[in-house]
Amino acid sequence: MAKYKMHVLVCGGTGCHASESDTLLENLKTIVADKGLDNEVQVIATGCFGFCEKGPIVKIMPDNTFYTQVCPADAREIVEEHLIKGRKVNRLLYVDPENKEHISDSKHMGFYKKQLRIALRNCGFIDPENIDEYISRDGYEALAKCLTEMTPQQVIEEMKKSGLRGRGGGGFSTGLKWEITSKSVSDIKYVVCNADEGDPGAFMDRSILEGDPHSVIEAMAICGYCIGASYGLVYIRAEYPLAIDRLKTAINQAREYGLLGQDILGTGFAFDIELRYGAGAFVCGEETALIHSMEGLRGEPTVKPPFPSVSGYYEKPTNVNNVETFANVPVIINKGAEWFASIGTEKSKGTKVFALAGKINNVGLIEVPMGTTLREVIYEIGGGIKDGKKFKAVQTGGPSGGCLTEKHLDTPIDYDNLLASGSMMGSGGMIVMDEDDCMVSMAKFYLDFTVEESCGKCSPCRIGNKRLYEILDKITQGKGTRDDIDSLRNLSHVIKDTALCGLGQTSPNPVLSTIDNFWDEYIEHVTDKKCRSGQCKALLQYYIDPENCVGCTACARNCPVNAISGERKGIHVIDQATCIKCGACLEKCKFNAVFIK
Amino acid sequence: MGQVKSLADLRKIKEELQGKMSLREKSNNPESLVQVKVAMATCGIASGAKQVMDFFIEEFDKRNIQAVVTQTGCMGYCFAEPTVEITLPGKEPVVFGYVDTRKADDIIEKYVKNGELVEGIIPVNYETIEKK
Amino acid sequence: METIKLTIDNKVLEVAKGTTILKAAKEAGIHIPTLCYLHLKDLNIENKPAGCRVCVVEVAGRRNLAPACVTECTEGMVVNTHNIRVLNSRKTVLELILSDHPTDCLICAKNGNCELQTMAQEFGIRKLHYEGEQSTYREDTSPAIIRDVDKCIMCRRCEMMCNEVQTVGVLSAVNRGFMSVVAPAFEMNLDHSVCTYCGQCVAVCPTGALTEVDHTNSVIRALADPTKTVVVQTAPAVRAALGEEFGMEPGALVTGKLAAALRRLGFNYVFDTDFAADLTIMEEGTELLDRLTRHLNGDKDVPLPILTSCCPGWVNFFEHQFPEMMDIPSTARSPQQMFGAIAKTYFADKINVKREDLVVVSIMPCLAKKFECQRDEFATNGNPDVDFSISTRELAHLIKQSNIEFNALPDEDFDNPLGESTGAAVIFGTTGGVIEAAVRTAYEVHTGKKLEKVDFEELRGMEYIREATIDFNGLPIRIGIAHGLGNARKLLQDIKDGKSEFHAIEIMACPGGCIGGGGQPLHHGDSSIIKARQKAIYQEDANKTIRKSHENPYIIQLYEEFLGKPLSEKSHHLLHTHYFDKSKDIKVVE
Repeated sequence: MAKYKMHVLVCGGTGCHASESDTLLENLKTIVADKGLDNEVQVIATGCFGFCEKGPIVKIMPDNTFYTQVCPADAREIVEEHLIKGRKVNRLLYVDPENKEHISDSKHMGFYKKQLRIALRNCGFIDPENIDEYISRDGYEALAKCLTEMTPQQVIEEMKKSGLRGRGGGGFSTGLKWEITSKSVSDIKYVVCNADEGDPGAFMDRSILEGDPHSVIEAMAICGYCIGASYGLVYIRAEYPLAIDRLKTAINQAREYGLLGQDILGTGFAFDIELRYGAGAFVCGEETALIHSMEGLRGEPTVKPPFPSVSGYYEKPTNVNNVETFANVPVIINKGAEWFASIGTEKSKGTKVFALAGKINNVGLIEVPMGTTLREVIYEIGGGIKDGKKFKAVQTGGPSGGCLTEKHLDTPIDYDNLLASGSMMGSGGMIVMDEDDCMVSMAKFYLDFTVEESCGKCSPCRIGNKRLYEILDKITQGKGTRDDIDSLRNLSHVIKDTALCGLGQTSPNPVLSTIDNFWDEYIEHVTDKKCRSGQCKALLQYYIDPENCVGCTACARNCPVNAISGERKGIHVIDQATCIKCGACLEKCKFNAVFIK
Repeated sequence: MGQVKSLADLRKIKEELQGKMSLREKSNNPESLVQVKVAMATCGIASGAKQVMDFFIEEFDKRNIQAVVTQTGCMGYCFAEPTVEITLPGKEPVVFGYVDTRKADDIIEKYVKNGELVEGIIPVNYETIEKK
Repeated sequence: METIKLTIDNKVLEVAKGTTILKAAKEAGIHIPTLCYLHLKDLNIENKPAGCRVCVVEVAGRRNLAPACVTECTEGMVVNTHNIRVLNSRKTVLELILSDHPTDCLICAKNGNCELQTMAQEFGIRKLHYEGEQSTYREDTSPAIIRDVDKCIMCRRCEMMCNEVQTVGVLSAVNRGFMSVVAPAFEMNLDHSVCTYCGQCVAVCPTGALTEVDHTNSVIRALADPTKTVVVQTAPAVRAALGEEFGMEPGALVTGKLAAALRRLGFNYVFDTDFAADLTIMEEGTELLDRLTRHLNGDKDVPLPILTSCCPGWVNFFEHQFPEMMDIPSTARSPQQMFGAIAKTYFADKINVKREDLVVVSIMPCLAKKFECQRDEFATNGNPDVDFSISTRELAHLIKQSNIEFNALPDEDFDNPLGESTGAAVIFGTTGGVIEAAVRTAYEVHTGKKLEKVDFEELRGMEYIREATIDFNGLPIRIGIAHGLGNARKLLQDIKDGKSEFHAIEIMACPGGCIGGGGQPLHHGDSSIIKARQKAIYQEDANKTIRKSHENPYIIQLYEEFLGKPLSEKSHHLLHTHYFDKSKDIKVVE
């Protein structure tokens, strides 16, 4: 057996994959082999490191060197310089945005300093396609412990004690859910893993499945043991081909090892897992809709109760948990509920993975203890706002959440605080907005999403959200009135009150929270017909400054609608009635004469 | 690999596998371990640094010492190759010159195990980017 | 029985565990408006997708409002059905639905009979606060049903009928969000689907999204054409329901007024489909006895059970779904088509009118009849045996348009020779009736004995699948009955699996039989109406002096003068048909 002296970990997550990390991996392997180092250096693909902004990532162990934005062409230099000569390739190291220094060890990077990785513990550390690497990191130890040393009830108690709450958005106690399902009497029960991640910008579930599929498999088996199910299903979006591949590989490996199948670890417990593919409907993340979709029906929610834990998949008791929730389970069993409960806030234990996106320097996937403040996440981990702009708001909880502002920055993040601030945890999407973002447009963006993703079953969601969108659109077109804002409010409340499922009940949140937090902006849009961020094109007006205009006619020649008049060498004027606000004049003017007001 | 039939099986497999992964596990937390850096530039390799490095890796394993052995570039002490930098947990790094396998054995037994210095220390330290 | 105490609008109630708020409120005399909800109690059909959200109520301690139709009562629950929050939400939801609904009410087929319109009126909607884009779709006209789904409100009643009750599976929700609508897969046209035209979707549609193809104008035109002799036949179930369209109690029998009205409309001859029903019994009953005798004599190739074939929805169903079993149903045509064939031969000759100049109109409780009369095999040289089939509802419109005060009409008789019928024919209108009529005749023909008691109570009722054994003088005849195509499917599956023990089975596509047909006056969810019609049908039978088909003097005369005997060559030619494998006819267009 080769005893490797060095391990080269190449991120094989979808983000880095899209930046050719697969070619990079191949190049590294080839060059290492060419140099005769293949007995000394192990090159593997891992799951996501989270720092997607700077991908593709390559990490070299044991010296813990963290290379960022590595191209396939960099492979040779890494091998020749670093692997052979032991010299780090400086240009590929992360540069601290503050003091411009090169940082070699990820531990010293702001992005990682405040993170605590439980759900993501193996992502970027092990080869997700190799069950051995998972086992070596206590993999399946928790399942073994449950099966051989604990009764189902003891496991459930442990889960309840840990305080783990559903990471898919609802925040329901996982232990309690397991307990309810375990108490439902039925010949057949099911464990379902909800991998129908649909929030715009959120990709933690995908990353876990790509980077550490066995943790989910192990947790599902543990859940099966607790509730008395021997059959598990993973409902995963078909748009996650890599996650599907890795998960399939992992399931097969677990079967080969006898960790799935009949008589697991000689205990008589049987459990196996199959995949079900979703076609990418956001509403199928709602558990009843998900179950209907798995049954081959239209992905539509039904009224709860009955809850799936009583009557779910084919009317059998079904325990549905989200990927991230499951990923926490083996650690809780291994390290104990008390350890887990020591992390986080009073009512929200453990960590939460967030997908940082928007106008933030370090876009990526992070995991922090509950109770970390938004400020820490945005400024310390996220590296602050891009291009030194001013922070305006952060949307948490995706389209179901609300936006939080400056005044919420020091709020410790947990389920209850976010809810109290008018937003929600959701699945952990976090989209940061700066001064250039128009909050009315932001609300419109999310409504556009919910209108598209509504299943159409209940009238308030099907028609109400469409109407909300239309009013918002009217406002961004400069045609809104004060009454429209009142209409938005009334309609939002009715939709929240009457919609059938979580999607509809939360879809007006972006509208309500932007009205609450950015009332002035709405008023500006409807009374002054102004958009301070300049995002609402219809509200912009292009002017030519007579001081700067030299009469070169460049603007007039490039105006697609002939809205600009003026003699050569004379001052030009834009006819506001004709102008379509395309911005061509602004782009063409070399004398800074065109400006927007 | 065959089927994992019992908890004992699983633990056995895990132990076997941990050796493979120990390099990664250890490097996650090198501060608490013995860190050995072998200078592996042309000069070092020509003077037998590779054998020295292999020796360290194998011997730490045999003698059950938790250590991280990494290679590094030329430390600038080409006259004294192979050179090895050893950092004991919580202590300043010490550089040894003219290290062959015999001397390496000496270093492990005396310095690493007991903190006794051995001959051949190069007293001048140097800075790396991280320590700047 | 475990009970629960709760408070609704300050009334303390005690209800059985599992009762919904809607039902509890109803018991307490509190009316909670509903739109998508549909409960046909006597037929055990319930639609409760909780989609319209009109029935929301406030439950103390609950974050949002609760849909009363599906929310079960819990101990100590405090419900408020009409506070400002509830009323505002309910009205807003209705306004939203209306904002995505065409406002052509005045010229809509359902004008005055639309549940959405009624609700808007009840709610006092005067202004839509939220207006915007409307979802529009391609209109789809089939031989029997028009889908104008711009008017679909996604109540899903049709979908439930088509899938759960009928198991035909043509209609289901398609598209997402604002463009969601109920349609055949891939938004195909109905006539490219396996639709049976049973019309149960039309029967439950609260709006004008699903309506029948209206042939009243064609009828008016034929009546106005001096070169045409126009003959009308009216199905048994029509007389038990038409009165409802004129404000009469459900179950009012209007046979006499019906004949009078048809005469005043200008039909040259007012006949009765019941006559043809008697004829059907002669042919189908004889076929049953023939198959039975051959089977008893050891001919194992003779397929048993024999299945009735008078229901066109049912015929469409097995042609699409069970093509391998096409030799099982009787080859006898439906009464509508037997009537047409006899009218355009025997009767045309009698009155010396050329086939082309004779127009046969049928009044049917059914929409599938519209399709049936357009089948190629029921036409001679392109001239159909039955020219136009209109529904009970269309007839009511026709009467209203023609300034006839229906309620003031005297009772009149049908014309002869095709207007005389027996009690056996009348009961064709309800589930169980055809087989009872067949038994009355088959018994006497087979045993040569006179039936002492013609009422076979064991064949009657509303149970979906019924079975009975009739003693044919020592020979036990096993009879099966199913209504609703989903139940028919179960019996067919048994036959397919070789598990069926029946000799004869009656199948009706519509729940309740023709009295619950897709062309009947709308019941708007009140299934007691269908029960009342059934009662009326049996009443009409009991009132008849002749109650066995083979005793109908005009039937006897028809065989003597024209057909010879049942299953004769002429009968085969005019009164029997064959079926087509349509399982592969489903095509995707566009």
